[in-house]
Amino acid sequence: MFRNQYDTDVTTWSPAGRLFQVEYAMEAVKQGSAAIGLRSKTHVVLGCVNKANSELSSHQKKIFKVDDHIGVAIAGLTADGRVLSRYMRNECINYSFTYDSPLPVGRLVVQLADKAQVCTQRSWKRPYGVGLLVAGLDESGAHLYYNCPSGNYFEYQAFAIGSRSQAAKTYLERRFESFRDTTRDDLVKDALMAIRETLQGETLKSSVCTVAVVGVGEPFHVLDQGTVQQMIDAFEIVAEQEGPAAEPDVDSGQEASAEPEPEQGAAAGEGVAPMDI
Amino acid sequence: MPKEQANWSPYDNNGGSCVAVAGADYCVIAADTRMSTGYNILTRDYSKICKLADKCVMASSGFQADVKALQKHLAARHLIYQHQHNKQMSCPAMAQLLSNTLYYKRFFPYYSFNVLGGLDNEGKGCVFTYDAVGSYEKVGYSSQGSGSTLIMPFLDNQLKSPSPLLLPAQDAVTPLAEAEAIDLVKTVFALASERDIYTGDKLEIVVINADGIRREYMDLRKD
Repeated sequence: MFRNQYDTDVTTWSPAGRLFQVEYAMEAVKQGSAAIGLRSKTHVVLGCVNKANSELSSHQKKIFKVDDHIGVAIAGLTADGRVLSRYMRNECINYSFTYDSPLPVGRLVVQLADKAQVCTQRSWKRPYGVGLLVAGLDESGAHLYYNCPSGNYFEYQAFAIGSRSQAAKTYLERRFESFRDTTRDDLVKDALMAIRETLQGETLKSSVCTVAVVGVGEPFHVLDQGTVQQMIDAFEIVAEQEGPAAEPDVDSGQEASAEPEPEQGAAAGEGVAPMDI
Repeated sequence: MPKEQANWSPYDNNGGSCVAVAGADYCVIAADTRMSTGYNILTRDYSKICKLADKCVMASSGFQADVKALQKHLAARHLIYQHQHNKQMSCPAMAQLLSNTLYYKRFFPYYSFNVLGGLDNEGKGCVFTYDAVGSYEKVGYSSQGSGSTLIMPFLDNQLKSPSPLLLPAQDAVTPLAEAEAIDLVKTVFALASERDIYTGDKLEIVVINADGIRREYMDLRKD
């Protein structure tokens, strides 16, 4: 992606029918530290890598509770993510206040997507530079959505965003078929394994990652470091015993994960405008 | 031509009484469960008590539609607080929020007479009493509602509180034990049910202490 004469304004089309500012915003998501999400029939797990600016500083908060039944993990400009989380929390509270029931996840992601779209069609605004993995439970089951700066959103069985997310995606692609019926604890273990893939050699410790769960009978909450470390220790021993059997196949040019359900019939096949992924 | 007057009122009084008593390490909040309008009973089984936070409970008598709206408003604000501060609101904080919320509608008030009860940051019982527009005070005990004129003098007699104007500041909480305070509250409602037509049916008692929150019921006169 090179600088060109059509990329100054978000309201300028390129001759090929692309909005470069929006695509640049999606680049910002790829620069952020990794976030992953996976779901079963009854639970959704979100995980992220804690990246600190320097050894002296604390890491940024990337997982936010939106309501008892919805949580979100972000990658990209965390400030934008924080603002959008506040919007989502407000929407959930207002919906509960009016209808005395939890806001269905599918409705929330549409509102979020519409909000993002506005920023792609106003000359005095800029697109949000953050990708959101929205995990939630409603009457129709457990859901995981990905909202991107372009205003598109997709539903996933499992997904990863941010830097070195391809490694996690490859792992998830291999394992996703088993997620639907797996237990809650196995789902968390799979999330930790996926996070480990993005670390690429670095040791997986509870201080390096954050994990959150939402499920049937389990309101959204972030797991505390002790629990996470226990789970890491448990499967590291098993993994050592099994031997290095799991080698990632290099799947390039593949779609991120199975079951994406693009809402606006996005022309994914062309590969020209990377709006979908 | 003389000015036309409205022939309807946006308010109604659904009656009932509320009481709260603060102890050294507990707080008792109680209210009857009768909801009435005029000389009629709407239901014998309506709760006037609402849990606003882990250690903070509010009982309100007056116009229950306004009470319900007020409770929903405070619950929503509490959620926002939890998102921003990562913890529950303390009772004194909720007390201030309630006062501000009530005064916000100074010129079209919530017709709601509230007592807030709970444990403060140190685990001591605290009771806050309000008028309809948010004037509030931390006290050792209080009652509001249709039976309060009958109840308050009795509580004054039994739980005589030192004046809040005294220096050095003296503890307003009652030295009574939890069980004794609950007994006192039961007596007080039996007392009010005798003469106040709007108080009766059933008494709902909520007790907050270090172990958490528990609920008790007692039958009152149904006439």
